[in-house]
Amino acid sequence: MNRLLFRRARLLDPESGLDSRGDLLVEGDRIAAVGGDLTVAGRDAETVDVDGLCLAPGLVDMRVQLREPGAEHMESIETAGCAAAAGGVTTMVALPNTDPPVDDVSVVEFLARRAREVKLAKIHTYAAATKALAGRDLTEMGLLAANGAVGFTDGVKAVADALVMRRVLAYARTFDLLVLQHPEEPSLARAGEVSEGEVATRLGLPAITPVAEVIMIERDLRLVEITGTRYHVAHVSSAAGVEAVRRAKAQGLPVTCDTAPPYFALNETAIGDYRTFAKLSPPLRSEWDRRAVVEGLRDGTIDAIASDHSPWDQDSKRLPFSSAAYGIVGLETLLPLSLELYHNGHLGLIDLIRRLTSNPAAILRLPVGRLAPDAPADLVLFEPDLSCQICTDDFRSKSKNAPFDGRPVRGKVRRTIVDGRTIFRQELQCPAS
Amino acid sequence: MQGVARNSPFPHRHLLGIEGLSPEDIRHVLDLADGYVDLNRQAEKKRALLRGRTIINCFFENSTRTRTSFEVAGKRLGGDVINMSVAASSMHKGETLIDTAMTLNAMHPDVLIVRHPESGAVQLLSEKLDCAVINAGDGSHEHPTQALLDALAIRRRKGRLGGLTVAICGDVLHSRVARSNIALLNTMGARVRVVAPRTLLPAEIERLGVEVFHEMAEGLADVDIVMMLRLQSERMHGAFVPSTREYFHFFGLDYDKLRAAKPDALIMHPGPMNRGVEIGSEVADDIDRSLIRQQVEMGVAVRMACLEILTRDLGNGPPVP
Repeated sequence: MNRLLFRRARLLDPESGLDSRGDLLVEGDRIAAVGGDLTVAGRDAETVDVDGLCLAPGLVDMRVQLREPGAEHMESIETAGCAAAAGGVTTMVALPNTDPPVDDVSVVEFLARRAREVKLAKIHTYAAATKALAGRDLTEMGLLAANGAVGFTDGVKAVADALVMRRVLAYARTFDLLVLQHPEEPSLARAGEVSEGEVATRLGLPAITPVAEVIMIERDLRLVEITGTRYHVAHVSSAAGVEAVRRAKAQGLPVTCDTAPPYFALNETAIGDYRTFAKLSPPLRSEWDRRAVVEGLRDGTIDAIASDHSPWDQDSKRLPFSSAAYGIVGLETLLPLSLELYHNGHLGLIDLIRRLTSNPAAILRLPVGRLAPDAPADLVLFEPDLSCQICTDDFRSKSKNAPFDGRPVRGKVRRTIVDGRTIFRQELQCPAS
Repeated sequence: MQGVARNSPFPHRHLLGIEGLSPEDIRHVLDLADGYVDLNRQAEKKRALLRGRTIINCFFENSTRTRTSFEVAGKRLGGDVINMSVAASSMHKGETLIDTAMTLNAMHPDVLIVRHPESGAVQLLSEKLDCAVINAGDGSHEHPTQALLDALAIRRRKGRLGGLTVAICGDVLHSRVARSNIALLNTMGARVRVVAPRTLLPAEIERLGVEVFHEMAEGLADVDIVMMLRLQSERMHGAFVPSTREYFHFFGLDYDKLRAAKPDALIMHPGPMNRGVEIGSEVADDIDRSLIRQQVEMGVAVRMACLEILTRDLGNGPPVP
């Protein structure tokens, strides 16, 4: 049996709140022991003296577009897996907007089989809330869940029709399933592609009012009041959206939410002169919205940070702004961009790691995201302070669409382990910027 | 290679927008264009400044007036002007835009004049080309030669731009003419107002340095210039305004509304006009008040000036491999 002993690590377990120096022993695909001096227990194990590097549960990325099946020229389960490994992500959850979409048990099974073959990061999937993501007829939620779907969503589209959404929520509640929503009222979003305001006005780009987000969230929350369904708002990006979730939590509704790094690392000015790499859905917003997202992360309103990994090839982005695709890749920048919140003093390291590991795992009810005896040995070893520059050319992802090229960051993944297997390792120093 | 003047009065490779131009840049174009107005009124209108130069008019959106104006301007300066209309239908997939740029580039044009329905598309093209590019209108972003010709028409009648009050009225939301004019008039020290129903104004337009009005009588009070914008037909019937009748009643320009403006206030319109929608015929055709025909005349002169400015430092060196 494979035995691996990490010596003198800074152990970070968000579930127990542990943040101290000590050893961690892996046996097979499980964590055998955590903390203290384990040299005796781990006598004949392969020993790595990591001398103060952070050892945390592997990141749980709850929002990834894999592009397989259907658009393997942009990303595949293998390339996304390599990108995840390099980013310290040990579990990722795929959106159902593939071709064919994940609205049928056979596609869930296909993904599970491909994940087993590729054997990199663990892959779970959401299934479509409605057939063909068309917003009309319910999918076989019970069967899909029984076959492994961890939640239900129409992906990058909101379920527009309130009656359909009510039935999605009510039916999901029957089986205690999680429903996730892309929070944007589509009839308002139809008006444009960037957020309304001075930047859009100057560039002459059609714009969406920022209240498109909170209108959808508040509609859904009223429905959740009726149905009691576990409801998750994906990539919250506006001050009003954060506030709506804050109030709903205070009210005791079963609601959670996440955001993605661009929404706390950038604002709408990143669009600059029509930079299509900064074209996102929901769109980048004002500096006030960005600060509200940071505050939401700080006070716990926002439970999780997900990469919102959206790979696109050059042909989809090297276009006039209005024709370009929405979204950016994020698996390999999730940790360093999130660490900016720690380095800027907004979040303690353990609180930050919680939003990347145990919180999303709890929302998804997955048995990962913790350092505890008998937990799966999904680990990330990283240097929290090492300065380096993001270089999109170095991405393992098949697509390089990110607005962060050249951005100086601090933090570097050194080793990623899934079920006791090392899937990524980098001993070298980060090249000087 | 011919030397390039270090203190070039117009230090820009392309003309992509008014934003970024200094008052000196603008004055330089207008001064030069002033001379071309006189030339254009002579029987012998031809110059040889652009002899041997190739100018491609590349229009991804229908246009007769602007395209013709550029064509006349290029030909009067002795250049070879080629018109290329790329049908909107075949360009629906924008990915061919960069391919188009590469194709055109291989023909070694000296100036490319581009109109495109998407904001920012002309700039994107300019980044892939090694010739000068003139933006002839990109989406709702900019239409710099229109603002320059408007400025020339105003300056010739009023003798100045600074200190004037200009009201821009109508569909500001979708108008590249409005954005370019707001930038130019502010740069030259005029006061700019916009007057429109709230559905036709973009958010935070006041941040561009304009006063906002929603009522014509207030917005036109004591202005020197009334600039009307075209309301496109697909926006007239319920999408942004309920009907042409209602729009004309509240926002269309007629003598009644014009009474609020200064007695010598002038009327402008970038054309083509929707008579009875945004402007009444009697006002549009008032030879004392309307500058609309002069605008068209100034258009050719301004475009000649722009072509001259962008080509004069190009030199005639060995071909680039």
